[in-house]
Amino acid sequence: MLKDITLGQYFPGDTVVHRLDPRTKIVLVLVYIVAMFIAESFASYALMLVVLALAISLSRIRLATVLKGVKPLIFVIAITAFLNIFYTSGRVLVEFWIFKITEEGIFNAIFMSLRIIMLIMGTFMLTYTTSPIMLTVGIEQLLGPLKVIKVPVHELAMMMSMALRLIPTLIEETDKIMSAQKARGADFDTGNLIQKAKALLPILVPLFISAFRRADELAVAMESRCYHGGEGRTRLNVLTMSGRDYISFASAAAVLAGVITLAHFGL
Amino acid sequence: MDIAIKTENLTYFYNVDETGDQDIPDVLDNVSLEIKKGTFVAILGHNGSGKSTLAKHMNALLLPKGGTVTAFGMDTKDESLLLEIRRRVGMVFQNPDNQIVSNVVEEDVAFAPENLGVASPEIRRRVDDALKTVGMYEFRNHAPHLLSGGQKQRVAIAGVLAMDPECIVFDEPTAMLDPSGRRDVMEIIHKLRYERGTTVVLITHHMEEAALADRVIVMSDGHVVMDGKPKEVFVRVEELDELGLTVPETTRLLFELKNAGVDLPLDALSIDECAKVLADKFG
Ligand SMILES: Nc1ncnc2c1ncn2[C@@H]1O[C@H](COP(=O)(O)OP(=O)(O)O)[C@@H](O)[C@H]1O
Ligand SMILES: [Mg+2]
Repeated sequence: MLKDITLGQYFPGDTVVHRLDPRTKIVLVLVYIVAMFIAESFASYALMLVVLALAISLSRIRLATVLKGVKPLIFVIAITAFLNIFYTSGRVLVEFWIFKITEEGIFNAIFMSLRIIMLIMGTFMLTYTTSPIMLTVGIEQLLGPLKVIKVPVHELAMMMSMALRLIPTLIEETDKIMSAQKARGADFDTGNLIQKAKALLPILVPLFISAFRRADELAVAMESRCYHGGEGRTRLNVLTMSGRDYISFASAAAVLAGVITLAHFGL
Repeated sequence: MDIAIKTENLTYFYNVDETGDQDIPDVLDNVSLEIKKGTFVAILGHNGSGKSTLAKHMNALLLPKGGTVTAFGMDTKDESLLLEIRRRVGMVFQNPDNQIVSNVVEEDVAFAPENLGVASPEIRRRVDDALKTVGMYEFRNHAPHLLSGGQKQRVAIAGVLAMDPECIVFDEPTAMLDPSGRRDVMEIIHKLRYERGTTVVLITHHMEEAALADRVIVMSDGHVVMDGKPKEVFVRVEELDELGLTVPETTRLLFELKNAGVDLPLDALSIDECAKVLADKFG
C-alpha cells in the first residue's frame, strides 16, 4: 500500500527528458503550472494534455506509474469535484433538498479535477526524471542570486535533497514495521477514524525514532566524507545548456503564448 | 614516519545529562595505540566496549577529552587540518542505508570529491575507478535503495575510496550483511590492503574476519585488554570467553580437544593449518 507513494521518487533513465538540464526542467514545470492556471477551455486543456502526453512518452515512464502519483491525492480531488458540483450557480439540471446540480458545476468539477490531476502529473514528471541531486543543483543555481541577500540557498537545497533521499528508505521501513505489527495481530483496516489513528501510533513511534537515528548517522557519514557546506564544492556533472534545452524553452514559450491567446479569445 | 594513527592516553566520555551530577563513566580510558601504515588491524570487543567511539576519534568525528590523537602526524584537534584528516582517513559504517546520500550510485560516490572541490573530470575518473574497484561499475546509474545490502555497502566503500584515502576505518561493515555480501566486503578489504597498501582498521564481531588481520586489538570497557598477532590473541581462549567473545571455529575445536586431553597447539588458525595439525596428530 505504501509502496504506491511515488512522491519524490526518481526513475533513472537515459531519455531526452532525463538529459535535459535540471534548470530547464524546473523552468518548464513552472511554465506548465502557470499555463495550467491560465487554461480555461477545451482547446487549451487539449493543448496542455498534448504537452503532458508528449513529456510522458518522451521520458518513457509508464503512464500507470505517473497515474500512481495521483492516487494519494484522490481524496483532495474528490472534495474539489464535490464542492464544484454543488456550489456553482448556473443552469440547474437536478435539484433535491438543499442541493442543486448545475451544468456549469459539472463542467467546473471536471475541469478542476483535471487541472489538479494534470498539475500533479506534470510536477511529478520533474522528480521522476531528475535525480534529487540534480534537482538540488538546479534549484541551487536558479536561486543562486538570492545568496547576495543572505538566503542560505545551498543549505535549503541540501535539506530538500536529503528529504528526497530518505523518503524511499522510510517508506520501506514503514511497510516493514506495519507487517511486523500485523503479524502480531494489529489491525489497521477496520474501526472508525479514531481507532484507525490509534492503531497507527505503534507505527509512528518506532518510525520517528528510527528516522532521527538515521538522520543522525547520515550526518556523521556526510561529515566523515568531508561535507562542510556549500563553500568550494564542485560537481561531478557540471550543468550545461545544450540545443535541446533551447528547443524546450522555445516550445514552452510557444505553448504559453498559445494558452494565453486561447484564453484571450475566450476559447 | 610510518605511523598512520596514533592515540596517546586517549580519554573520552559522552556528556549524557548536564543536570545530573553523577559521575559520567569514561567510554575510553587512557587508550594508547599506534597503528602502522599499510597494516590490517582488527578491533574486537563486546557491545559498548568503546570500539565505535575509538574509531570516530581516528578521523576527528570526535575529539579527545584527554590525551591526543594524531592521524598521519596531524593532530585531530587542529581545526585547519580537519578536511585533510578526513580525506586521508575514510570511514565505512555499519548500516549502508544511513551513509548513502544520493539516489543515484555514481552521484553518491562523487559526494566526497565534490566536497573537496576536486575538478569535474578528475571526479569522473575517481568515481569510475572506485566503482570498478568494488565491482559496482555496471550499477553506476542505479538507485541505491533498490540494491542488495552487500551492494549498497560496496557503494558506500566506493564513496570513501573516491577520496583516495590512505587509511580506511571499517566499523562493523558486515554486521548487517548476508554471507555473500560479507564475503564481497572482505574481498575488497583484502584487495585494498594488498594491492593498494591502504591501512585498514576493521571493527568486527566475526572472528573469522579478525583472523585475517595482521594484528588484533581486544577492547573491554574502554581499555585495550589484548593486542597482538591473531595467533597470539586467539590462543587465550578462556580470557576471551570471559570477555564474552567467541574464538574462531578452528581454535574452538583445538581448544576442546585439548581440554579432552589431546595435546595440540592452539595457534593453527586457518582451516588448512588446523587440518594439518589434526592430520599430523591422528593421521
Ligand atoms: N552518542 C552517545 N551518547 C551517549 N553515550 C554513548 C553515545 N555513543 C555511545 N555511547 C556509550 O558509549 C559506550 C561505548 O559505545 P560504543 O563506542 O558505541 O561501543 P561499541 O562500538 O564497542 O559497541 C556505550 O556504553 C554507549 O552506550
Ligand atoms: Mg559500535
